[in-house]
Amino acid sequence: MRLYGKYMLILLKCQMQYKTSFILTAIGQFLSSFSAFLGIYFMMTRFNAVNGFTLEEVMLCFAAVLMAFSLAECFFRGFDTFSTIISNGEFDRILVRPRNEIFQVLASKMEFTRIGRLFQAVLVFCYAIPASGIHWTFDKIATLILMIVGGIGVFCGLFIIYAALCFFTTEGLEVMNILTDGGREFGKYPLSVYGKGILKFFTYAVPHALFQYYPLLYLTDRSDSKLYMLLPLLALGFLIPCLIIWKIGVRHYRSTGS
Amino acid sequence: MIHLEGICKTFRVARRQAGFSQAVKALFRREYALVHALRDVSFSVSKGEMVGYIGPNGAGKSSTIKIMSGILTPDRGKCQINGLTPWEQRRRHAASIGVVFGQRSQLWWDVPVADSFLLLRDIYRMDKDTFKKSQDELVTLFQLSEIIQTPARQLSLGQRMRCEIAASLLHRPEILFLDEPTIGLDAVSKIAVRNFIKQINKERGTTVILTTHDMQDIEALTERIILIGKGRILKDGSLADLKKHCSSFKTLAVEYSEGDPVSDAYIANLPGLSLQSAVAGRAVFTLDTQTLSVSSAVTALSQRAELTDLTITGATAEEMVVSLYKEYQI
Repeated sequence: MRLYGKYMLILLKCQMQYKTSFILTAIGQFLSSFSAFLGIYFMMTRFNAVNGFTLEEVMLCFAAVLMAFSLAECFFRGFDTFSTIISNGEFDRILVRPRNEIFQVLASKMEFTRIGRLFQAVLVFCYAIPASGIHWTFDKIATLILMIVGGIGVFCGLFIIYAALCFFTTEGLEVMNILTDGGREFGKYPLSVYGKGILKFFTYAVPHALFQYYPLLYLTDRSDSKLYMLLPLLALGFLIPCLIIWKIGVRHYRSTGS
Repeated sequence: MIHLEGICKTFRVARRQAGFSQAVKALFRREYALVHALRDVSFSVSKGEMVGYIGPNGAGKSSTIKIMSGILTPDRGKCQINGLTPWEQRRRHAASIGVVFGQRSQLWWDVPVADSFLLLRDIYRMDKDTFKKSQDELVTLFQLSEIIQTPARQLSLGQRMRCEIAASLLHRPEILFLDEPTIGLDAVSKIAVRNFIKQINKERGTTVILTTHDMQDIEALTERIILIGKGRILKDGSLADLKKHCSSFKTLAVEYSEGDPVSDAYIANLPGLSLQSAVAGRAVFTLDTQTLSVSSAVTALSQRAELTDLTITGATAEEMVVSLYKEYQI
């Protein structure tokens, strides 16, 4: 963990070398997610409620997913851009160092510009938490935190699968973005909005609903099942198959050039 | 210390013709070709040795280095380095080796070299004193004191390579793998880098294995060379042995004012003498002294042309390797 801090420091130093670029990218990230937010806002002012959820509740859901995604992207960026790590030979370097390779990929890249998105998520929380009319007990707060933690886990798992596929294709598969970026976009609204089929897919195949829809039901008192509150923890289990795929991938690694 | 036995490695490479229509076709149906990068490679290296690993492009040099450093897993064969199998006990093995890839940097691009060194200290779990001692030693030896506070991106290639090698040596590895360490360097930096490698080998007793295309590297550094071609070890012996093998070849350069030894049919048909290059008034021949003695070659040439200058040199390592490549048809 201390070593991770050291890596973070050196990467922060690197990114700070290009201050203007850093600030502009952060602002850009803020604005792009802000437009998504505006989309929801206008939609909801027209219709008042989507599938029974009020604007504030949807915003809460939006903020939780956005926060999980931006945190995951900030710290797991190494997996997201793994195809470049493979093609420029950086992975060779990682393998000749006496540390765990997942840790090193994790620590090799951090995207601090995602702070723009994170800030957006915090802003929406600041509005939605008091406005949602939820009575914030200890349980509810814990649920919200679990939603974010579970979300980070699932997005991170997707990044790892995405990276592991690079071992076989060398190039990244854009198809995977349906599940990562797409997951974020879908996640703006409670997943039940999209119908039964999609909800089932995001429950059993890729567990987005486990950290988004079901805990939200508990949060908004639509269900009082404690199970729904704890489902984000189950979503973390998604990491296990992801890591297995990764291990298989490493064994297939064949390096590039010279 | 290093022991390789029957290492084989095959790559499956997608093959397709150039052109857009072929690229589209390849999306649906791919043809694969098996490339045998290494076939039955075996050799041993003992502690403190310096070994030059040579061969043409694509011969399997880098693949061997990558297997020995634990990056690649071979299809078959055994490899024991310090009693460890690199690809199985990767992390423990990595702690005792240093690897320099001449074409790739291991320093963090935008921060001073000293910061990269500090991070390496934590990666290799060195304690403060050992690190400090090792770093000071390398800074003096490689003359880095002036450049160590500069970001890596602002260094010249020669300065960077010195830092790269120093970075690989910080944790006092027992074995140092160098993959083309002098590639792209100017003459002065090349000599500097060679001297550093030599000194490290002498002072720390580090075992060094280096691949290179630069024969001067080999001549300056290694006593033993291993020649690889098409994935097979073709020759493993001392440089002196190889020189003996090739010493019957001499280079004969003549300058002439009259006559034309280049297009002369008699000279061209002389066994043992073959033309290397020619410009107007100057010709360079390769002479095989086993078939034709120096004196008879000189006599023949002087009969056919009015010589103004004549130099005879023994084979350089460069020519030796070219002749070896020819001999083994690689």
